[in-house]
Amino acid sequence: MKVVSSNTVADALLLYIPRLATILPHDVFDELVAARDRETHERARIVLDQLVKNAQIADADRVPICQDTGSVWVCLEVGPDVAINGNVFSKVDDAVGDAYRNAKLRKSMVHDALFDRTNTETNAPAFCEIHFSPTPGVARLHIMLKGGGSDNASRVVMLTPNAGKQGVIDTVLQCVKEKAANACPPLVVGVGVGSTFDKVGGMAKRALMRPLNKPTEDPQVRAFEQELLEAINATGIGAGALGGDTTALGVRVATAPCHIAALPVAVNMGCSAMRRVTVEL
Amino acid sequence: MNYKDITLPLSKVDARSLRAGEACRLTGPLFTLRDAGHQRLLEELGKSTVLPYGLSGQLIFYAGPTPEKAGRPFGAIGPTTASRMDFATPTLLSRGLTGTIGKGVRSEEVRQACIDYSSVYFVATGGAAALLAQHVESCETLAYDDLGTEALRKITVRDFPVFVGIDTLGQCIYSLDE
Repeated sequence: MKVVSSNTVADALLLYIPRLATILPHDVFDELVAARDRETHERARIVLDQLVKNAQIADADRVPICQDTGSVWVCLEVGPDVAINGNVFSKVDDAVGDAYRNAKLRKSMVHDALFDRTNTETNAPAFCEIHFSPTPGVARLHIMLKGGGSDNASRVVMLTPNAGKQGVIDTVLQCVKEKAANACPPLVVGVGVGSTFDKVGGMAKRALMRPLNKPTEDPQVRAFEQELLEAINATGIGAGALGGDTTALGVRVATAPCHIAALPVAVNMGCSAMRRVTVEL
Repeated sequence: MNYKDITLPLSKVDARSLRAGEACRLTGPLFTLRDAGHQRLLEELGKSTVLPYGLSGQLIFYAGPTPEKAGRPFGAIGPTTASRMDFATPTLLSRGLTGTIGKGVRSEEVRQACIDYSSVYFVATGGAAALLAQHVESCETLAYDDLGTEALRKITVRDFPVFVGIDTLGQCIYSLDE
């Protein structure tokens, strides 16, 4: 039986946090290049060209893509036949501290949101969760470095069922129109629809893990993602929100069952530095 | 698009010549400060009309950089969301700050203060922090060192690329009708 231990998780973080902070995932980089090459708006082209060059500089010099090197999110996904060896997250915060110090990343965490806003000086704690997969043999770690500006631009709305698909579209577009300028566009937009108030935000966040270069399997979801992407780009907000053709590089939607009275919707904004990786353990 | 080359500190004559949407390259001193630092600065300022730390006539860049790397003062430095500092900006502009650099839309109060005090809000590209760090030549921590990345720093930039976000007429880059 495959076993996941705290050392396995910590070792993955030590290896991948510095890489994520400095190397933009290929799918995001390719979309940025494509957006730059087709951009017709002058200022947006300057912004997209800066973002492409920025990613190249960060990669070559091993410096952070963005000064906001994020909060750390860790999601362990395991199948029915994989054993979890106790508290597999017990060494995560030490690993985060070591990774951020050694790679000279920014420490952006405070001790308590309300009562103690002094910096923890380590970028710990990380936010950790476990998800159980129905697929045998699955043992993978999802890691995301999430910037504060884009997370601040996110929201959860509890719609009524009759609001339907149009209600979801309106919610996403309203969020983009109000907040895109703060979220460093071109965006990657994660959308969760369904479940309950507390779960829907997590669905939107996990949707951001799905690569932009791999088509969504479910044809209904794929079509809805395309519809949302076209609507977002039709706003003309553009790169840097300075006007342009590409406001979002991609949209990823996750749906789930929900109560007969409910239509929960969450929008988790991802910035142009969408730093995430899925590691097979 | 042509860049306007601007020498810092920004003179009021230069400030009044700028128009929202123009691309500029800034060369000279900037001061970095963000959320917690603004609360400190306002407390320290109190009712005084004189800005401390030589901020009078200067630009504040809303940024919390990463540590030095690759032989540069910072590995990465870029703008943070400016609207979080809207609570402090009109006061600072009224006491002699010339302008600010950040990203995103400002409040109506900040737009009005740009008109009232002939001040400018510049926007830099969010997420271009490795590129922007190449334009920073030096760095000195002036105050609030205990805030870590949020400390008040004086930095020197060369050909630092920005757009005019709000000009002295109150025109805004995010609502230009083109």
